[in-house]
Amino acid sequence: MSTPLVQFSGITKSYFGVEVLKNISFTLPAGSMTGLVGENGAGKSTLMNILGGNVAVDSGSILLNGKTFVPSTPQESAEHGIAFIHQELNLFPNLTIAENLFLTRFPRATGSPFIDRQTIHRRTSELLAEIGLDVSPQRLVETLSAGERQLVEIAKALSMDARLIIFDEPTTSLSIRETDRLFALISRLRERKLTMIYISHALTDVLRLCDRIVVLRDGEIAGSGRADEFTTERLVTLMVGRTMNQLFPTRSGKPTNQTLLEVSGLTQPDVLRNISFTLKRGEVLGLSGLMGAGRTELARILFGLDPCASGTVALEGKSLNRLSPRQLIQRGFAFLTENRRSEGLCMDASVADNLALTTLTEHGRTTVRWLSNESGRKAMQRIRGVVRLDPKASDNQAVRTLSGGNQQKVVLGKWLLIRPRVFILDEPTRGIDVGAKYEIYRLIYELADQGAGIFVISSEMEELMGLCDRILVMKAGELVDELPREEFDRERILRGALGGTVFQERSS
Amino acid sequence: MTVSSAASVESSSVALLRRLFLSNYLVLVLTVLFFISLAPFTPGFASANNLLGILAYLLPLFIAAIGLTAVMITGGIDLSVTSIIALTSVVGARIMTADGSGGSAAFGLCAMIGLGVALGAMNGLTVTVLRLPAFIVTLVSMMFLSGFAIWLTQSKNIDQLPQAFLQLGKHLPFALTITAVPGIAVHLLLRKTVFGRWLYAIGQNATTAHISGIPTRLITFAAYVLSGFCAALASVLLTGRLETASPVLGREILLDIIGATVIGGTSLFGGRGTIVGTFFGVLFLTVLDNALNLLNLSQFSITITKGSVILFAAVLDTMRQRIARQTV
Repeated sequence: MSTPLVQFSGITKSYFGVEVLKNISFTLPAGSMTGLVGENGAGKSTLMNILGGNVAVDSGSILLNGKTFVPSTPQESAEHGIAFIHQELNLFPNLTIAENLFLTRFPRATGSPFIDRQTIHRRTSELLAEIGLDVSPQRLVETLSAGERQLVEIAKALSMDARLIIFDEPTTSLSIRETDRLFALISRLRERKLTMIYISHALTDVLRLCDRIVVLRDGEIAGSGRADEFTTERLVTLMVGRTMNQLFPTRSGKPTNQTLLEVSGLTQPDVLRNISFTLKRGEVLGLSGLMGAGRTELARILFGLDPCASGTVALEGKSLNRLSPRQLIQRGFAFLTENRRSEGLCMDASVADNLALTTLTEHGRTTVRWLSNESGRKAMQRIRGVVRLDPKASDNQAVRTLSGGNQQKVVLGKWLLIRPRVFILDEPTRGIDVGAKYEIYRLIYELADQGAGIFVISSEMEELMGLCDRILVMKAGELVDELPREEFDRERILRGALGGTVFQERSS
Repeated sequence: MTVSSAASVESSSVALLRRLFLSNYLVLVLTVLFFISLAPFTPGFASANNLLGILAYLLPLFIAAIGLTAVMITGGIDLSVTSIIALTSVVGARIMTADGSGGSAAFGLCAMIGLGVALGAMNGLTVTVLRLPAFIVTLVSMMFLSGFAIWLTQSKNIDQLPQAFLQLGKHLPFALTITAVPGIAVHLLLRKTVFGRWLYAIGQNATTAHISGIPTRLITFAAYVLSGFCAALASVLLTGRLETASPVLGREILLDIIGATVIGGTSLFGGRGTIVGTFFGVLFLTVLDNALNLLNLSQFSITITKGSVILFAAVLDTMRQRIARQTV
């Protein structure tokens, strides 16, 4: 039996007296692919940060190829052949692919201080061919799609002779096709006997890709073993520590027949074409489609953030055309954006300040708009309870320090405070653990049962099929299909979203 | 409570130092320490006359920094404050000296304020409607307005201003009132009103603020108007104190105003800053300037020292931010 590439033994780490990793021991056999799963806050990131040289252990040791490995900086970790493919990519968008790949070690032309462009372009072309990305080494990274950038990250790892590649939620911002391409590349890397760690909330992907799985819960190993010993249900049970009978709460109410929102003929050149649909009171309406199909663009136009050339939107018969987000919020619109960090929250501001963003005027006396702290605080406490925000998070704590799930609850709380009548949610559960997802679904149902109309955009098919009363399918800026709950069918939705043109998409 | 041991005394004194270091009053404490340690060696530093002088010097600086603080909280900057000071000064003086009677003092004052507000509005409109970077907009305003002030006066000072007007800047109680009223008003505006919260939210994340229904353009515009208004008030005080209107009035204090605001804890990236902090920053810089002058240092060494102190303050502030973030 050969020595494992990495061996963790007895890793323990505490922050401010709270143990986030308790005596973690497991091995990564050379050439294996290990899935690492767990809820947010289970300790996955801390463990990987230890491996990446960002965090020091309190006790325990790591053996790399049989030798003690104590990285104190990310550079040291990289020099030992450990590469991270992050959620947020670490590329410089303003530089070319080749420059990004060779940034820290530009080869010089012999006897001159200048960069040997020819060599780096040749080497880059070879690497790009290896990962199957057919673009010029001189392309600026900012002109690449999210999936292509990820492939460039992998090329970078390969160019550094990485022995261990860690994928941290690699698929969250990828379209279905890009995901397939990534998975194909991963299986090629496996054939080359590269060792990999795959961290994801998408459990089906983990089961499909990995040969071994390690489940973390509250800083401990809740289970580990060969991938074929696990099923999605068993993984979820291990992750949450109790049996989750269902991923979705039971729906008590039903959509009504009263039209709340009527959208007709919405058109914006190159973005949307003739979009028409209605949203009923109490209905949860889903929108499915590939990345780039125009889903987020539709949401932004509905919320008054982007212009629209023609078409009408009416709320209970009254036209809403050309209203600003502010005016729409006053009419009961809410919009949870897909990017909570840059569009949903003020990351350095406190929980209380973030919750107050939408409703400050309500808690001021009308004339001078003084902040009346009392009524504001009461509303704040109530909403914290409603969204079940972690009670350990104080009102004055910066939201940056909260977990992804709790951050999303703050965004939800901010919008629930306006008592929304039309709630648009764009990828509401992205990067959020199973438990917090359930809470968010529960809130969506509660709101619908109170008569609001909910419009959910999601890339997760299971989510839409589990949650919605009706699903719209969008392709290239057009609505191509509509399925009531009785007709929900994975294949039909996918067919609609992919359509016939998908394979020509990249030929241009 | 537990029995105090040597270790706990030590750790509590460390905790005290730490709290002091992170406190909002750090700049004030440093000013006082600086004053106490220099007073014995600096002739006349602690005299009543000198302290009143410091106060008189500080007021116009502070009032201009109030407006700048509001602008900087939104993530912007206003480089045109001192040229607004200069232009309002000469335009006001022109009006007041036009017929030679004292009756035009009130009219001249109103014109100065009105002009300041209008110039601030111009900056604000360019930033919010044309969406140009504040740095460029106010840099251009600065160049344009100072050039205009010099052209208007053919580079000459305007004297013989009405006494009623001069007293506003010369007579300390008046000057104090003119500074304190907007100072307290803006402080309350930032701390207690929706307007203030919106201002901070815009500086922290303008996109989030916009999506959350905050009228970001209107609020940003208002901040620049406020800055123009404050600059005009500063001009009233400066013109009165110097008893003459000058087209280059305040030219040398632009960096002091910005420096003091930053020392007072206002972030150049927006989202952070208080009027109290800005006051401490202005106080600190004024006391420092005064001490260096009394020590008979050359103008060059004064500038060099001031530069190093602002650098030191910036380093200190970055450290504080880092520690504060770790503590949470």
